[in-house]
Amino acid sequence: MTSAYELADVRHCYGDRCVVDIPTLEVLQGEILGLVGPSGAGKSTLLRLLDFLETPTDGHLTYGGTRIDGDVSLADRRDVTTVFQRPMLLKRSVAANVRIGRRLRGLDTKDRGTEMWLDRLGLTDLADAPARTLSAGEAQRVALARALVVEPSVLLLDEPTGNLDPYNVGLLEEIVRTENAERGTTIVIVTHDVFQARRLADRTGLMVSGRVIELAETKGFFSTPQQPQTAAFLRGDLLI
Amino acid sequence: MLTRIMTFVLAVLLAAACTGGSSNGSRVLRLATTTSTNDSGLLDALLPTFETEYDARVDVVAVGTGQAIALGEAGDADVILVHARAREEAFVAEGHGTARSDVMYNDFVIVGPIDDPAGVTGTLLASDALAAIAAAKATFASRGDDSGTHSKERLLWETAGMTSDPDTYWYKSLGQGMGSTLGYANEVGAYTLTDRGTFLAQGESLPDLRVMVGGASIDENTDPALLNPYGVIPVHPDKGGIDAELGNLFVEWLTSIEVQEKIETFGIDSFGQPLFYPNSAPWRSR
Amino acid sequence: MGTLARAFADALGLLWNMEPALVEAVVLTLQVTLIALVIALVIGVPIGAAIGLTRHLPGRWLIVPLIYTGMGLPPVTVGLFTYLVLSNQGPLGGLGWLFTPAGMIVAQTIIAFPLVVGLTMAAVQGVDPNLPVQMLSLGATRRQVATVTLLEARVGVTAAVVAAYGAIISEVGAVMLVGGNIEGETRVLTTAIVLETRKGNFALAMALGIILLTLAFVTNFAFHRLQVHQGVR
Repeated sequence: MTSAYELADVRHCYGDRCVVDIPTLEVLQGEILGLVGPSGAGKSTLLRLLDFLETPTDGHLTYGGTRIDGDVSLADRRDVTTVFQRPMLLKRSVAANVRIGRRLRGLDTKDRGTEMWLDRLGLTDLADAPARTLSAGEAQRVALARALVVEPSVLLLDEPTGNLDPYNVGLLEEIVRTENAERGTTIVIVTHDVFQARRLADRTGLMVSGRVIELAETKGFFSTPQQPQTAAFLRGDLLI
Repeated sequence: MLTRIMTFVLAVLLAAACTGGSSNGSRVLRLATTTSTNDSGLLDALLPTFETEYDARVDVVAVGTGQAIALGEAGDADVILVHARAREEAFVAEGHGTARSDVMYNDFVIVGPIDDPAGVTGTLLASDALAAIAAAKATFASRGDDSGTHSKERLLWETAGMTSDPDTYWYKSLGQGMGSTLGYANEVGAYTLTDRGTFLAQGESLPDLRVMVGGASIDENTDPALLNPYGVIPVHPDKGGIDAELGNLFVEWLTSIEVQEKIETFGIDSFGQPLFYPNSAPWRSR
Repeated sequence: MGTLARAFADALGLLWNMEPALVEAVVLTLQVTLIALVIALVIGVPIGAAIGLTRHLPGRWLIVPLIYTGMGLPPVTVGLFTYLVLSNQGPLGGLGWLFTPAGMIVAQTIIAFPLVVGLTMAAVQGVDPNLPVQMLSLGATRRQVATVTLLEARVGVTAAVVAAYGAIISEVGAVMLVGGNIEGETRVLTTAIVLETRKGNFALAMALGIILLTLAFVTNFAFHRLQVHQGVR
């Protein structure tokens, strides 16, 4: 498998505080990579780096085989998108929100893609409703729809189902799984729910204090963790 | 700390607002007059004596002639002091005022730009000057507000055998007070009719205007039509809410020889000539 | 009470008869106000949006209070300033704009401008701070982030337009000073009202006031319809 991302000596610091410290990391193309770990471990910051929202203070990323030096091209930026824990929806209709990505790229907005995604996420009846009136679950479905409508090569998810009911959790996970299976989209999902990682991820990684402690195939990660910290985390012990 | 400062400031403001209404003694005389009268500064110079002598306060409302008369008609003033003879007489005849008394007069002059495109400097009669201005199509600025000055201006046009308030490009109807009209005339180089007092009072702020018709002082004014008499009328008590007694005292005071002498000398210090000439009945028969 | 009743009757009569002097004043009022408004918007909205969007703006400690002060400028002071600048003795006397509609437009633009900038700035600042990140993540360019933010702030930006319009259509001090209230040339509804009041024609002055209010209402009504159509209550 080729790699979607390669990180080399990547550190990201805010003043004296370094929140990400990764000597080496590879994200494989077409895999679902799960990232777990305690709060403040730097997982969200890592996703921001992968979404090119910030440039690492040290080290560099290689994306799709090309090393990133300085500004990221608009094309590369548009290849990657993130679904955050709380969706930032615009004061427009649900359909308009889903279409926004295509609109930003100057693509035709009357295509079938929007309709299809509205349908797959059970939003057809809500298409003309103001997005601001939706429940948390419905809003997150809109966020996922709008991310997938632009057909990204990489989909990043930052605690996407954190405060949702089981129905929505199940629906969103199903869509993510299918997207990866049908289109080979590379997926990196940060989650507090270890069981979610276990359900979805091909490989799972534990991050603590900005470092990747262990990264392995999910089955092995959960059944036979190599690092003591991993074992402690899986047991539910507090990790410092 | 901040809360305490804010409370203090608020308390001071409220206190100031409450006491604002009752500063002076007992009575208030509402005097409606014209802006040009007020702008001359004469009232500021004379009224304090009245206020002290009669322990009253005079509220001067300076507005256009028409509005001053309307205030009188509505009973919103106790006394009116204006310079529009015909309208004053109508005011009394229609029962809005008790009686009209002569007070003083001043004169009008025609002023214009230094280069005098219409060649009217030193013309003896104002109406002749207006005819020349019209012939030359020189810019003329009019008050355009039915004021006493505007009424006089209309009369002069008619004396010259022309229509007043012509709708033509060189005649600018401003609809503003005398000060603003002079400012406009100075700025664009226009002729205008003005009372001498306002013109003198504006002095240095009108560097590009000169007196064309009317001479350097009222003694030298060659046109009797430019004389401007003032009348004072107490508003009829039938209107209700009128302080008739104080109003009559005011008229008596204003026409008294003592005050008329003050009117005679007002302005000599600042302009080397008086702005008004006393003309009350008591003065004439002294 | 009689004056008020007559005023309403006069207002209807004037409108019905379409007196040329009235039509002139209405047309000039709309021309001066709308042109000044458009200029203020074209320059002011981008500036207000830029100030609102730029997180670390150098000099923000000074710029923002200046804008807020500008929002409360006494219109007559603006008028006086414009008069002095455009007068023959002033720096821009050569333009010959004093006592013309052009001068009035300048004064009204100055009055409207801080309102537009300040309210747009506040509207943009009120947008969810997570919006730029989300839009960038969805592939927006910097310019697109600004546009989307401005659209998200459309309620506040509309308020800016309405406030500026209201301020200048009803303004009288500045246009009187700079325009001169010349009949047929620079007489607008507000200065006409002052004149008729000075002349003692209270009913007519009131009627003109009613017409002015109607004018303002009609425009604002159309405006609000547009807002509702855009999906904003």
